[in-house]
Amino acid sequence: MEVIVAIIVGVLFAVGIYLILTQDLLRIVLGTSLLTHAVHLLLLTMAMLKTGAAPLLDRGQEQFADPLPQALILTSIVINFGITAFFLVLSYRAYQKLDTTNMDWLRSESSRHRGHSR
Amino acid sequence: MSPLHFLTLSPFLLAAVLPLLGKMAPRLHKGWVAAVWSAILFMTLIGYSAEIQAGSPINESLAWIPSLGISFTLYLDGLSLLFALLITGMGTLVSIYSIGYMNAAENSLNRFYVCLLIFMGAMLGLVLSDNLLTLYGFWELTSVTSFLLIGYNHAKQRSRYGALKSLLITMTGGLGLLSGFILLYIMSGTYTIRELFEAGAPLASHPLFLPAMLLILFGAFTKSAQYPFHIWLPDAMEAPTPVSAYLHSATMVKAGLYLVARMSPIFAGAPEWFWIVSLGGLITLLYGSVTAVKQTDLKGILAYSTISQLGLIMCLLGLSSLTGLMEGEERLLYAAAGTAALFHLLNHAVFKGSLFMIAGIVDHETGTRDIRKLGGLAQVMPIAFTISLFGALSMAGLPPFGGFLSKEMFLEAVIEPLHAGVFRLETWGVLFPIIAWIASVFTFVYSALLVARTFLGPRKKELQHSKIHDAPFLMTFPPALLGVLALVLGLFPSLAAYSLIAPAVEAMMPIITASGERLSPDIKLWHGFTPALWMTIGVVAAGTLLTLTARKWTRVYTFFPSKFSISGFYDVSLNFFERLTFRVTSLYMNGSSRSYIKYILGFMLLVLGFILFNSADITFRVGAYAQIAPYEWLILLGLAAAALAVPFTKSRPVAIILTGTVGYLMTLMFVFLRAPDLALTQMVVESISVTLYLLCFYHLPKLRTEQRAVRFQLPNFLVAVAVGILMTLIALAVLGTNPFEPVSDYYVRESYESAGGKNIVNVILVDFRGFDTMLEIMVLGVASLGIYNMIKLRRKATDVGSRQVMHEGEFAEEDAAEMRKSQYGYDGPEADFNEQAEEETAESDSPAKGGEENA
Amino acid sequence: MPKGSDIFLQNVSKIVVFIILAFALYLFFTGHVSPGGGFIAGLTSAGALLLLALAFDIDTVRKVLPVDFKLVMALGLLIALCTGTGAFFFGEPFLKHAFGYFHLPLLGKTELHTALIFDLGVYLAVVGVTMTILITIGEDS
Repeated sequence: MEVIVAIIVGVLFAVGIYLILTQDLLRIVLGTSLLTHAVHLLLLTMAMLKTGAAPLLDRGQEQFADPLPQALILTSIVINFGITAFFLVLSYRAYQKLDTTNMDWLRSESSRHRGHSR
Repeated sequence: MSPLHFLTLSPFLLAAVLPLLGKMAPRLHKGWVAAVWSAILFMTLIGYSAEIQAGSPINESLAWIPSLGISFTLYLDGLSLLFALLITGMGTLVSIYSIGYMNAAENSLNRFYVCLLIFMGAMLGLVLSDNLLTLYGFWELTSVTSFLLIGYNHAKQRSRYGALKSLLITMTGGLGLLSGFILLYIMSGTYTIRELFEAGAPLASHPLFLPAMLLILFGAFTKSAQYPFHIWLPDAMEAPTPVSAYLHSATMVKAGLYLVARMSPIFAGAPEWFWIVSLGGLITLLYGSVTAVKQTDLKGILAYSTISQLGLIMCLLGLSSLTGLMEGEERLLYAAAGTAALFHLLNHAVFKGSLFMIAGIVDHETGTRDIRKLGGLAQVMPIAFTISLFGALSMAGLPPFGGFLSKEMFLEAVIEPLHAGVFRLETWGVLFPIIAWIASVFTFVYSALLVARTFLGPRKKELQHSKIHDAPFLMTFPPALLGVLALVLGLFPSLAAYSLIAPAVEAMMPIITASGERLSPDIKLWHGFTPALWMTIGVVAAGTLLTLTARKWTRVYTFFPSKFSISGFYDVSLNFFERLTFRVTSLYMNGSSRSYIKYILGFMLLVLGFILFNSADITFRVGAYAQIAPYEWLILLGLAAAALAVPFTKSRPVAIILTGTVGYLMTLMFVFLRAPDLALTQMVVESISVTLYLLCFYHLPKLRTEQRAVRFQLPNFLVAVAVGILMTLIALAVLGTNPFEPVSDYYVRESYESAGGKNIVNVILVDFRGFDTMLEIMVLGVASLGIYNMIKLRRKATDVGSRQVMHEGEFAEEDAAEMRKSQYGYDGPEADFNEQAEEETAESDSPAKGGEENA
Repeated sequence: MPKGSDIFLQNVSKIVVFIILAFALYLFFTGHVSPGGGFIAGLTSAGALLLLALAFDIDTVRKVLPVDFKLVMALGLLIALCTGTGAFFFGEPFLKHAFGYFHLPLLGKTELHTALIFDLGVYLAVVGVTMTILITIGEDS
């Protein structure tokens, strides 16, 4: 299973990076989300999958899945939520102000505004 | 920590607490703190002098970075003591003077005295260090504090220009110095100056000997403002006058001389050392004195005079390097050059210090330092006039002042090389007395002009009001004391000669003490009709003549255009390099974050890929893994399919929902992969995120309907695919390589025992790694406040500065353009601005208007 | 945010919100022994309020819960910080937790844990953050 998951990690990374390299602000935000998912899967895979029961004691189990990556991922999920919200509002505000979510236009848009001031 | 270490470091400590002290006693002028402390240091150092005179230097060591062989070793011998006394003594007087000079109401007074104290500490460290690297550290620190003090009036363009110029030149020299020190280390294997002295003869035959010497001399020449690196000193005169008196005449610029003196035992005897030091000094002496005559600014005259006098001392140090090549009586004759050098160093500090302070007083009283606007001040400022007369006479080398004695010794020393019989001096040696004599004549002329144009002659109309009078006691006392000292040094030279100069010269030339001889530093006011005295008489005659006819012949100077000066060359080359780096940088810094991301990914691919394929420890394991159930296949394939579909959708809501699908499928994966906490969190987060996305879109109706597919771009695609493959490989490599025991076992074991929790993940989060969690919620808090601010606290477009908030990047650009302008606006070739810079400056003209446009 | 018009959603959410909130409370308290904890409970609570906001509108949520969520966030951070610093008073390193077993009326043998207080801080911070974001975006129209 690890090999398959590793390949899926690669796919998620590739799509995430590709989206980040596009011009559309919204798709960049989506790309970061996908990238986060990829990292989560990567972290889980690194610790070997399904090595035991869920990391809860007192359930009559001896072997557990590695709890450390889970703790890391939990932190990451929540942080990612905050960051995604921030990005989202940033692009939302950029659109409100400049009428575009295209990265290249954002640049030229602001220079156009500058041009007016001359 | 020894008393010597405390003595060196105490100014730094004092600088650290000075601002607090200011809070406690707001009415106390900080100058008193600096003055009292430097006086205490001065007294303490005096206490050491008896010991030093007896010939037993003090050596204290403190391990600093033992693994690199760097220790903070302090060594107090005659040479260090002379400089340390100069630093603390002048420090005391300048601090007292500055109490009157610096306005107590100024807020930045703390900054001034903090810098001054740090400088004093750095300077003490410099002259006391026995380790080359600590010496270098202190050396650079003096450059930095000098930069800060020259730029003290940072609102003034000329201050910033001067500060930057001095920093660039002295720091370049500092780098040379460091390289020289490292070469010395390579040759000898030690950074300790004392051990270098013992290394002796083998060093001189080493192939790196000459490069090391040149680099160290480069450092010394830039610091001591020797031709052609002198150009920073005149511009450094923008500093407040106490700083000019202290740093740029009495102490910091003498650091180069100290270094040359300190390094003499290693390099003296080499012909290159002799020629570079003595000729460099001689040229500087001539250039400085000739240029000083044409200056119209009081401090400008003093700056060029300082350059010239530093050259004189440098020349003497060069001549004294012949000592080691001579025998018996001859040797002592050349050692006299060393005595002259150090004696003149002392005299120069005394008379130049007083003259700078008088220049400051004149500036304070009349509001100008331009000698064309001054004149006739002797009637209203008799004390200042007397002091400046003392100082100027000493500077011109007239009896019975200290300057006369050292000048005589200098003239004697320059005649000596004619009979040396080494380095082909019998032919070229004649240059020395001729150039020295001409320079002395010009020295006489500018000294005379300095006093005459300021204090004598008719008073200008603007200066006829009654407000001009002698300065208050605090400002008059320090220069007066120095003026008296100039006289005392002339009348009773033995006061300083035996206790200060002789031990210093012996430290500079250990070869004398090594051969069992003792230096007899007999300096007499009257020594018969020697050739030197005749030369002085000639100087006075020619100098008087030139002074009286000055107005006629000084027009000659206008024939030398300033455009082709070294300073002009500095401006042009600085401008050129700035433009060059700007162009080169714009080649890859094109302002598009996509390019930057590609650079980052590219390097990541290179570095990680290289390690992955070149490290023998990494193995890829394919096989013997966990079983995969059919429904898991489905989910994994769904994950891949949903993710791959995102770039292909035209509609943004669909893209959002597809991403959400990936998230929900991740939730399922977490369930199957035995991570219930993650599954729960991911599910809730995904729900809230998707809602957020759609909420934002709800408010952007135009964007909702806008349909645009992602345009395919091959380079992006390649980068993305490469990163994906690399990540897959990394995952496989990690699986195959397990060099360490996992930390998780500890958490599993200890979770219940020491933390009392059964949900291990939760225990890790709140207990074992609680600190991480706390920082994490802080990050969340910051993000939410950021969002709140972006939406709620937006500025109205009419607000002042709204533009700055909107386009911070642009603002930075304008700032840079502004800075470029300020750098070259003054004295710089303005026409050389490239088009881009000009465009930017034009744009920066109306920021407020731009804000309105943005609305 | 528009005035919600879906009568079914409105009526269902009136009940469901309380169920979710109760579930969140359960997740919070069992966090140390079974899946759950401050993060999850906080997000779940915020999710409940979000549902309310979607069914009705932001103003309703603000009427029901007239608190400044920025303050909730700050309070959460403060609590987390104080639990951490509290350890200093017992000569322990920062964020060192203590726990013990007590017999409480009605509940019998119960484990009390300072980590729970820390988790409460996390809970409040997460609720505060999420609601601040939601309300800020929702109100901006």
